[in-house]
This record gives sequence, structure tokens and C-alpha cells, in this order.
Amino acid sequence: MDKYAIEGTPKTPSISFDLSGGVLEIKGRSIPENSIEFYKPLVDSLDKYSSATKPATTVNVQLEYFNTSSSKCILDVFKKLESIHKGGSAVTINWHYEEDDEDMLEAGEDYQAIINVPFKMVMVAE
Amino acid sequence: MVDVFDIYDKMERNNILLSFKGEITSDLLTSILQIMENKMENMQEEPKMKKKVYNVLVECLQNLYHHLDEVTEAEMEKNRSAIFMIGKLNSKYTIFTGNYILNGNIQGLKNRLDEVNSLTKEELKEYYKKVLNNGEMSLKGGGGLGMIDIARKTGEKLEYNFLEIDNKISFFTLNIKVSTF
Repeated sequence: MDKYAIEGTPKTPSISFDLSGGVLEIKGRSIPENSIEFYKPLVDSLDKYSSATKPATTVNVQLEYFNTSSSKCILDVFKKLESIHKGGSAVTINWHYEEDDEDMLEAGEDYQAIINVPFKMVMVAE
Repeated sequence: MVDVFDIYDKMERNNILLSFKGEITSDLLTSILQIMENKMENMQEEPKMKKKVYNVLVECLQNLYHHLDEVTEAEMEKNRSAIFMIGKLNSKYTIFTGNYILNGNIQGLKNRLDEVNSLTKEELKEYYKKVLNNGEMSLKGGGGLGMIDIARKTGEKLEYNFLEIDNKISFFTLNIKVSTF
């Protein structure tokens, strides 16, 4: 099985990307000082995946916090997913937010407005 | 002799929960965030407020962290030092930061802060998306997104001041109020 996975830390999320199943999960906190370095392996995996995509790609994002430095990298990840979507794999991004976290919901809506991929806003009870 | 009581008294009157003066390192940043998270937990702060304060703290501290280098390049003596304080008065948090800045960088920063302060909530949202989507990603961070994000999340104007130290550097202070409206 082809997979890219890393454990979460207090400043970085856990990432699990199953390339053979077409499922990507990002969970936790994303507040590193150097986000580019952190997200590079994921962006590379997405490049690799784009040459052999599954018919459907499911993306689950469940972030508790993310800094503005990460927000650009997350956009880069979503842009890769957008081109994978255009390339024929049906991508869905499930954006999770906690019930009272309007800021996180708004952040998801910002991405939804920029990225041409179906988004689902998923409310999580605290 | 340093008048410690005077410093203490000023902090007490401003209800400072935590303060730090010195070099801002990555480890220190992690510790401050952890301490504040625990403090708010113990104070039984509502989740909404906790999240806002945490988010704004991250941006403020990382601003300090990333901008220390700039003045170091000018090889000033006291440059690597910054100050950070967080206080709580009448259920509103205030974050105070102060750091040295090269005089040549003041105008650009001032313009950005004034621009952010001139925008309404809806305009800030649009501006954020524009900078997020078109802005250059710098190695140092979000390329100008930090201040926009802080203004969006707090719904408050960013209060700032530049105090000229000499012909090379000034001291930049920023006061950010955080409330849940």
C-alpha cells in the first residue's frame, strides 16, 4: 500500500494520505514557524498521486488551529487537489469545524470561494 | 537600582497574566502558548474566547519571531530582544508586543496597518482572500496575512506606535484587544 503518513505534534497536524485508496486526512494543529518545509512532503505526494489517481478522492480536514503561514500552504494543497479534480478524479473536501468555531467555518468558506472543488462543511460537536 | 516593585505594580494594575522580555525562540513560543492555554483552561474561559486568544497569540508571537532577524542584520546591540505581555481586563484580553524595527521598514508596515484598520469586516474578508490567493508566500510566513487575520478575528482596530530610538532603529509597539464581541 502506498501511503504518506506522519504523526501530529503540538505545532503540526497528523497527516495520513493513502494514495492507493485516494483518501487524505489532515488533523490537529497547524502552527509551525516554517510551514513550507512541513507541507512539502505532502505536496510532493500529491504530485505523485496526480499521475495515478483513483476515480474518487476524499479529503478530510479537521484542524483545531492554523496560522496564516499554514493557510498559504493549505491553499497550495487545495490547488493541487483542484487540478486532480480537473484531471478526472472526483475530489470532495470535507472541512470540519467545531460547533461554536465560526472563525474555522469562515476559513473553510474562504477556501471554498477560491478553490473549484466540492466542499462539505461538517460541524463537529464539542 | 531597578525598581522591581514599580514594574510589578504596573503589571498588576494592567492585570498582566504573563509577560516576557528577551529573545523569542521557537521553543519559547511553544512554551508561552502552552502556559496560556493552561491558564485559560484553569480560568474556565469559554471555548470561543480561548480559540480567539490562542489564534491571535500565535500570529503575534510568530510576527515577533520572524522579524527579529531583520534588525539583527543591521547588527545592532540590543536587537534580538522583544517584549510580549498579555492581560485581561473586564473580560477582554489585550496582547501587547514590542520589538525593534529598522527605520526604513516603518513606512511599509505603517501603510499595511492603516490599510487593515480602514477596512470593514466584509472588506477584510475579501482582502484576506485576495492576499491569500495572490500574495507571495515568503519563507518567513504568510506574507502579510497575519495582521489581516488578527483584525478579522478580533474585530478591533490594531493600535500601534513607533518610537524612534536613533537614526537606524525604532521601537514598534502593537496593542491588540481580543473579545468575543
